[in-house]
Amino acid sequence: MAADNTIKLHYDVPNDDFTRAGEASSDLKGKLKQMGISPDAIRKVSIALYEGEINMVIHANGGYIDAEISENGLKLVLCDTGPGINDIVQATQAGFSTALEQTRMLGFGAGMGLPNMLQNTDDMIIDSIVGVGTTITMFIKM
Amino acid sequence: MTIKELINANIFNTLKEGSDLNREISGLFNCDLLSIAMSKAPTDCAWVTVMGNINTLAVATLADVSCVILAEGVFFDDAATIRLDATDITVFTTEMPVFEASLKVYEMINA
Repeated sequence: MAADNTIKLHYDVPNDDFTRAGEASSDLKGKLKQMGISPDAIRKVSIALYEGEINMVIHANGGYIDAEISENGLKLVLCDTGPGINDIVQATQAGFSTALEQTRMLGFGAGMGLPNMLQNTDDMIIDSIVGVGTTITMFIKM
Repeated sequence: MTIKELINANIFNTLKEGSDLNREISGLFNCDLLSIAMSKAPTDCAWVTVMGNINTLAVATLADVSCVILAEGVFFDDAATIRLDATDITVFTTEMPVFEASLKVYEMINA
């Protein structure tokens, strides 16, 4: 894929709407499948992006996702204006969760969101300011 | 074992048939925590769970499982039932406990 063939996609993630969580991941998965991307890469993208979407719904008042598909791979930028992450090291530890009981009842809050995102990306940067918001940039080779 | 063979075995109630009934069921997965299911459920498995909400369908689709089996008499909530129409996945329901339902599928896969 030539550099000028970069595909850019934008998704809005609604606040506190579990019924729409996963729409961006599903749409992107479908597009990558049509492009003939390997199932292994698609699975990594699906896991990382779905976890990101859920985190935005649960913790961050929603936000938006920008995806950029190029010859090098997939870049995902997840941006929200939520409360921010107080301790990023703690937040990326498996099992740590600040999810509320209501969220846990839906099957979330296992404390595996950020760890799953880290595990399924080739590069991931978390920029977060408490009271301002969080931007997570992920890169997955394809 | 294919999805069609599991349907024809009449062990579970078939709530929804996906479009590819010849798809293989190559293993089993049990878990109700969706983040764990998302990352650990093997492609083409039968996912046996008691989590019957709309996010179960999202995870099942994204993790590319062959089918979902709702155990313990659990049924989808209203939002999931509406979404099910637009989701291309086979879903079974059963009154059996998770272990018993899983064992039935395991025995069929390994028969």
